Amino acid sequence: MTRAHLPTHARPRPPIRWNSSIYWVIIGIAVLIALSFWTLDLQLARMLSIDSAVRMGKFLGELLSPTLDPKFLSKLGVASLETLAMSALGSLIAACLGLLLALPASKTTNGVKSAWYSITRLILNAFRSIPELVWAALLLISAGLGPFVGTLALAFHTTGVLGRLFAESIENAPQGAAQALRIQGVNEGRIFLFATLPTVLPQLVSYSLYRWENNIRAAAVLGVVGGGGLGQMLAFHMGLFQMSETSSILIAMIILVVLVDALSYLARRLMSR
Amino acid sequence: MRVRLHQVTGHHPAAEQDGVPAIRNLNITIEPGEQVAVIGPSGAGKTTFLQIICAAIQPSAGQVWLDDMDIWSLSTKDLQQVRGRLICAPQVPPLPPRQRVVTSLIAGALPAMSLTQSLVNLIYPLKTSEAYQALEAFDVQDKLWNRVDRLSGGERQRVGLARILMAPASLWLIDEPLSALDPTRAEQAINSLVDRAAARGATLITTLHQVDVARSKFSRVIGLRDGAVAFDLPASQVTNSELSKLYAQHEHELSNLHVQHDTLSTPA
Amino acid sequence: MSSTTRSPHLRDPAWLGRVFWAMAALALLMPALVATEFKPWIFFDPDNLKVSMRFLADFFPPALGSEFLLLVVRETWRTVAIATAGLTLAMILAIPLTLVSTRILSISALSGRMHFLPSCVRQIVRWLLIFLRSIPELIWALVFVRVVGLGPAAGVLAIGLTYAGMLGKVYAEILESGDAHSTQSILRNGGSRLQALFFGLLPQNSAELTSYSVYRWECAIRSSAVLGFVGAGGLGQQMDNSMKMFNGGEVATLLIVFMLLVWLSDLLSGYLRKVMQ
Repeated sequence: MTRAHLPTHARPRPPIRWNSSIYWVIIGIAVLIALSFWTLDLQLARMLSIDSAVRMGKFLGELLSPTLDPKFLSKLGVASLETLAMSALGSLIAACLGLLLALPASKTTNGVKSAWYSITRLILNAFRSIPELVWAALLLISAGLGPFVGTLALAFHTTGVLGRLFAESIENAPQGAAQALRIQGVNEGRIFLFATLPTVLPQLVSYSLYRWENNIRAAAVLGVVGGGGLGQMLAFHMGLFQMSETSSILIAMIILVVLVDALSYLARRLMSR
Repeated sequence: MRVRLHQVTGHHPAAEQDGVPAIRNLNITIEPGEQVAVIGPSGAGKTTFLQIICAAIQPSAGQVWLDDMDIWSLSTKDLQQVRGRLICAPQVPPLPPRQRVVTSLIAGALPAMSLTQSLVNLIYPLKTSEAYQALEAFDVQDKLWNRVDRLSGGERQRVGLARILMAPASLWLIDEPLSALDPTRAEQAINSLVDRAAARGATLITTLHQVDVARSKFSRVIGLRDGAVAFDLPASQVTNSELSKLYAQHEHELSNLHVQHDTLSTPA
Repeated sequence: MSSTTRSPHLRDPAWLGRVFWAMAALALLMPALVATEFKPWIFFDPDNLKVSMRFLADFFPPALGSEFLLLVVRETWRTVAIATAGLTLAMILAIPLTLVSTRILSISALSGRMHFLPSCVRQIVRWLLIFLRSIPELIWALVFVRVVGLGPAAGVLAIGLTYAGMLGKVYAEILESGDAHSTQSILRNGGSRLQALFFGLLPQNSAELTSYSVYRWECAIRSSAVLGFVGAGGLGQQMDNSMKMFNGGEVATLLIVFMLLVWLSDLLSGYLRKVMQ
């Protein structure tokens, strides 16, 4: 039953183009998945054994009884503030550095690239590809343990992310005001300050606030490699199998994440008023 | 600033290079301090005409002379200098939505400001009295501290015109300054533009759809049609028959208060 | 230009507000700098500097011995395998959860408001998905390492659970944002939910669903490399080992390989998404 008699726009459009390359792709993916499971020594038998299940059950049970010891809670509070500060400061540094790098990394509408275009794009991509944890591990060598390393790790990785997003925003910004200043012979730096930046600033701030939400999760976790804050406490207590302390720390992490998500959302709502 | 176009052919920026040119073989000279209105049906090439003069587009043929300099043979530095002495006001006011009116106006004065002055004014506007006076000329001075996106279309257009007054320019190129204004405001706006241009000795070139305004306020009227000059006359010699020839097949575009439809169709 | 006494209409009304917010920001910045022990000069402390310089110097040349490279290739495959297995697990978990949580397959909602019980069930499943994706995968990995021991299983489970949460949420959003008409017609005419799924929802949204899944696979590769730091195997674990031994050359090779892997998977995912459109 063909639909050739229908006009083109009325024919139901096939969502995926079924041509030969699709079949190869599907076969390729299936092979990849099969190989992955086969080559990894997953010890499924061990995973799904009764012994494992019992251990998991015991583990979960201990997790459900958080400790409320005031001395511990005050340490937890300090660590939470440390993690919060790490994420906020890291995001702030990243926004500033990212903006600085985004300027040479963006083309003007006429397709003109600055001399530094390729190298700044390369730097931003490199910063972005290195995950926060790897940054932290590298920086530890030079700066030792502590929240400073966590802050910088967040800052450098996020610089790559935000820098690229900022550059794209700048390139896609409506050019009317910038063009008018260009016609008047104003130099590009001042065009940016008086025309482009006012146009894209709300979007840049929104991206930064959104990234803060991601960074609070990352900050909580960076402590595991020695980056201070809640993560460091978590690794410590989990290493000693102190499950009730671990559970309190996990709850603090969740509260912190929810708090930052809410703050970021409110701030973005305020900005778009 | 003296403007001279010699055998200029230009294409609309979005069009293909070997397509139909928007303006063809234009030869026009405009003396410093002259005030010229450019009229014609849409598609006549009026906007491209302005863009060629303000060096926004390079002509595909011919030369553009500003103050007796062939601008496209100048070095970039010299061309930037020349650009600093002109201002082009597009039909859509070039104002960033979330910027305040005062900063948008100060931006118009940037060619005359040093780096320190620009930076200071970005954070704390100092040129407020100039901005206020510029806005007063168009009766929109109470919007000095407002955000651009809080203004109506007509107010935004008037702010765009006030920006012209802030610029250190001796050549004013304006595209459709009155399109969003009601008759009273339009009258005030065009009067301000014409008076201030005369006071500063600036050359004023503006495109208009309001042919009555063109004839009453300007000394010289250029009619463009299909990219060529249909006529280039002192305003007094622009008769209704010239107008009807210019706007043949486009009579609906004539926005007018005094030129009646039936007077156009009767031979002058 | 400026006069000492400025008439009221020329004074910037926003100035005081801006100064206030600037002061407030500075007031917050100071304790943040203290709390994070922000001391950039620590990099220039002579002992640290010596160690860093030697480490950086070791980067050139990157370790290119054939034995090491073979190891790197093996670990790279491991990283990709963990990511693929993890994402497959995530899809196995996410698909049923999506189907239960999505409103578009609700029969009771066809006639107006959804009934109470189905609505509860959907809400609970949503909360489950939120819980799964709020806990960073590293934490899951730490937990699983305790339970199933070191090795790739912990990584696969961690990625599987976290990504199940992410996939579940986005799949549900994609299904609900499409045009509901065809699906609802099938349901209204007495078709089963499975039929509505295969003949209504899937054909319509397949492109978006696969596009997002491929994107997540690319993210999973990055996650899997990172999880190695807590013992889940792959490039991350090798990087951790090399760093602990201050072997700059090996770390340099691993970093380069990692960046290449990220770039390649980015390209591959872009190609796959184009083929599927």
